[in-house]
Amino acid sequence: MSNYTETDLEKDLQDQEYKYGFVTNIESDKIPVGLNEDIIRLISSKKEEPNWMLDYRLKAFAVWQTMTEPEWGHVHYEKPKFDEIAYYSAPKQSKKYESWEDVDPEMKATMKKLGISMEEQMRLTGVAVDFVMDSVSVATSFKSKLSELGIIFCSFSEAVKEHPELVQKYMGTVIPTSDNFYAALNSAVFTDGSFCYIPKGVRCPMELSTYFRINEGGTGQFERTLVIADEGAYVSYLEGCTAPQRDENQLHAAVVELIALENAEIKYSTVQNWYPGDKNGLGGIYNFVTKRGICERKSKISWTQVETGSAVTWKYPSCILKGDYSIGEFYSVAVTNNYQQADTGTKMIHLGKNTKSTIISKGISAGKSQNSYRGLVQIHKNAKNARNFSQCDSLLMGDTCGAHTFPYIECKNPSAKIEHEATTSKIGEDQLFYCKQRGLSEEKAISLIVNGYCKEVLNQLPMEFAVEAQKLLAISLEGSVG
Amino acid sequence: MINIVNLHAEVEEKKILKGLNLNVKAGEIHAIMGPNGSGKSTLASILAGKEDYTVTAGNVEFDGKDLLELSTEDRARQGLFLAFQYPIEIPGVSNVNFLKSALNEIREYRGEEQISAKDFLALVKEKSALVELDSKLASRSVNEGFSGGEKKRNEIFQMAMLNPKLAILDETDSGLDIDALRIVANGVNKLRSPKNAAIIITHYQRLLDYIIPDFVHVLYDGRIVKSGGKELALELEEKGYDWIKEELASNAE
Repeated sequence: MSNYTETDLEKDLQDQEYKYGFVTNIESDKIPVGLNEDIIRLISSKKEEPNWMLDYRLKAFAVWQTMTEPEWGHVHYEKPKFDEIAYYSAPKQSKKYESWEDVDPEMKATMKKLGISMEEQMRLTGVAVDFVMDSVSVATSFKSKLSELGIIFCSFSEAVKEHPELVQKYMGTVIPTSDNFYAALNSAVFTDGSFCYIPKGVRCPMELSTYFRINEGGTGQFERTLVIADEGAYVSYLEGCTAPQRDENQLHAAVVELIALENAEIKYSTVQNWYPGDKNGLGGIYNFVTKRGICERKSKISWTQVETGSAVTWKYPSCILKGDYSIGEFYSVAVTNNYQQADTGTKMIHLGKNTKSTIISKGISAGKSQNSYRGLVQIHKNAKNARNFSQCDSLLMGDTCGAHTFPYIECKNPSAKIEHEATTSKIGEDQLFYCKQRGLSEEKAISLIVNGYCKEVLNQLPMEFAVEAQKLLAISLEGSVG
Repeated sequence: MINIVNLHAEVEEKKILKGLNLNVKAGEIHAIMGPNGSGKSTLASILAGKEDYTVTAGNVEFDGKDLLELSTEDRARQGLFLAFQYPIEIPGVSNVNFLKSALNEIREYRGEEQISAKDFLALVKEKSALVELDSKLASRSVNEGFSGGEKKRNEIFQMAMLNPKLAILDETDSGLDIDALRIVANGVNKLRSPKNAAIIITHYQRLLDYIIPDFVHVLYDGRIVKSGGKELALELEEKGYDWIKEELASNAE
C-alpha cells in the first residue's frame, strides 16, 4: 500500500461508475448460439481437442440434460435461456502468442485499461499473468522462468494438448461433472481457463494470476481452472474478473478445482468485479461458480475472496479435508449494492482426523440488495478432534437492503469442537459524525470504516490485490449512506 | 475567534438553548460550567455540526465565517475540534491511519501538500509524548479496547496532531483519575498559544486547577447566566449552583 495515497483513493471515488464497462473492438470468432451435441463437437474441434476430451464433454452434456436448475439459493432472477447463448467466442487472432511483443495492440490497450499492463506487471511485481478474454487464453507471461522449476502454468487448452496425463488424472476428481447443474454445463461447454501444476517440493517463487474478461455480447463465459500442488509444494494464485457494461444478463459459470497433495499449500485469492448491472438492476453478470479443493494429509487450502461485482452471485469455495491434519480456510468479503444479490459462503467437509477449518465471512449490503451467507460445516464420523471456527458478520447500510445468514452444522463425531460467531451491525451515525469532526468527508469515512470492518479478510490478500480490493470496496459503496 | 449571538436550538421540539451568547478571542480559554441538563454538551454538539439538533435562531461566526452554514467536515477543516465526551470506536482502523487520512484531507482543503510519511511519523512521536500515550496505542484501532482514560488521552493526542484553532473539550475530565487528569491538562496547556483558543466544558472545578481559564461561565437553562474570572469556578465548587438559581429567581421578581 506504500505508493497508494489518500489522494488516489479520492480520485478513484470520484470515478464512481463501473470503470471496466468498455468494449474492446477486436474481431471475434463467435460460433452460432444454441446448445446441442453438434455445438459441443464444434467447440471441441475448434480447440483441436483429443477424443477423450470430447467424450468427457459429451458425457457431461448428457448428465446436464437430466438436471434442473437449483432453486434453493436466496436469489431471484430470470433463468438464463441456454439456447440463446453463444458458447464460444475468441478474439480473432486466437493463435497463442510467442512473446509479449506479438500481442495485438488493441488487446494490450484493453489490459492497460484494466490496470494490468503486462510490461508493468513483469517489471515491477514479478506476477505471472494468464489473461483470458471471452473464451480463450491470450497471453501467459513468465512461462520460461517458471518452467525451469518444473512449474507448469498455461491455458487449460494448452494443458489438454501438452499435459494430457495430468489433466486426465485430476480433472473432475474434486468436482465431478454430475456435481451440480452449472458444473455439468461447464464440463460440457468450457472453452478455456488456467492450468497450474507445481512439482514436488517446489515453492512457486511468484504469485500466479489469471485475469478473466468477458468482451463479446451475447456470450457466456465458462472457464475451468485446475491447480495441482504436488507433495510439499506451495503456490499463491490470484484471479481477477471484469466485463463490459451491457443491458443484458450474461452468464459466467466457472469450475475451479484445487488439489493439495501431502504437505502442500494452495492460497487462492479472487477479486471478483464482474459488471453488477446498473442502478435500476438492468444487466449484469450471473456469476454461478463451483469452486472446491481437496486436501491430502497435512496440506492446506486457503480461499480468499472479495466479491463486489455481478448481478447475481452464487458461489461456495469449499474444502474437502480428506487427509489427517489438513487445514481449510475461507476468508470472504461480499459487497452488494443497488439490486445486486449474493448467496455465497463455503463448505468445510472434515473427513480426516485432527482437521481444522476457519471461516471468516464479512457481508456488506447497501441499496436494495440482498446478501446471504450460506455455509456448511460437516464433521464425518471418523474425523476425530476436528475443529472449526466460523465468524459471520453482516454490515447494513441504509434500511432497504437485507442480510441473511444460513449456517449449517452436521457433526457425527463427538470429539469435534465447533464455534460459530455472528454479528449484524449498521454503520453508525456516531461513527460518521466522529470521522467528519476530524475533517474526513463522508465517502472517506465510509471507506475507512468498511475497510476496517473487512481488515481480517483484506490482510489475507497479497499486497497489490489488497490495494485494488480497498479501492473496489469504496467505489462499490459510493453514495450508499444517507 | 468565535462569536455566538443569541443562539436558540432544540432537539425533537424540546428547547435546549434559549438565547446563548459567548465571545471567545484568540489566546483565551473559556470554561463553561453548569448543572446537569443545562445544555453544555448540546452547545458542543451544535458547534461541531451534529445533525440531531435544529438551530431555530441566532448566529455563530467562526474565524470570520458563518459557522452554521458549514458542513461538519468543513468546520473541522477550518480548525474547529471537538474532544468527545464519549469517544467512538472504529474497529479495524488504526489510529495513525485515521489521523493521517484526516490530516491530509484538512491539508488538501487548505490547498497544502500531503504530509510525507517521514514527517507524519515524527509528528506522531512528538505529539504522543505530549500526552504520554504509548506508541502501541497509536497503531491500535481507533479507541477499540481503550480504557476510559486512554480514550480521553487519545482525544487530546488527536487534537495535538490536528492543531486546531478552536478546541472544544466536552467533559474531558469525566472518568479520569488524578494522574490521567494531570496528563490531559498538561497536554492542553502545552498546546496553548496566542493564536488558538479553547472552550472547556466541565462539571467540576477540578480540571480548572490544572488548566487555568481566562473566563468562567455558568450555563443554566440554555443561557449563560453568570460570567467571571477563574475565581468563579472556586465559588461554584464551594457553594454549588443553587445560589445562582436563587439569584436568578430574585432578579426575575
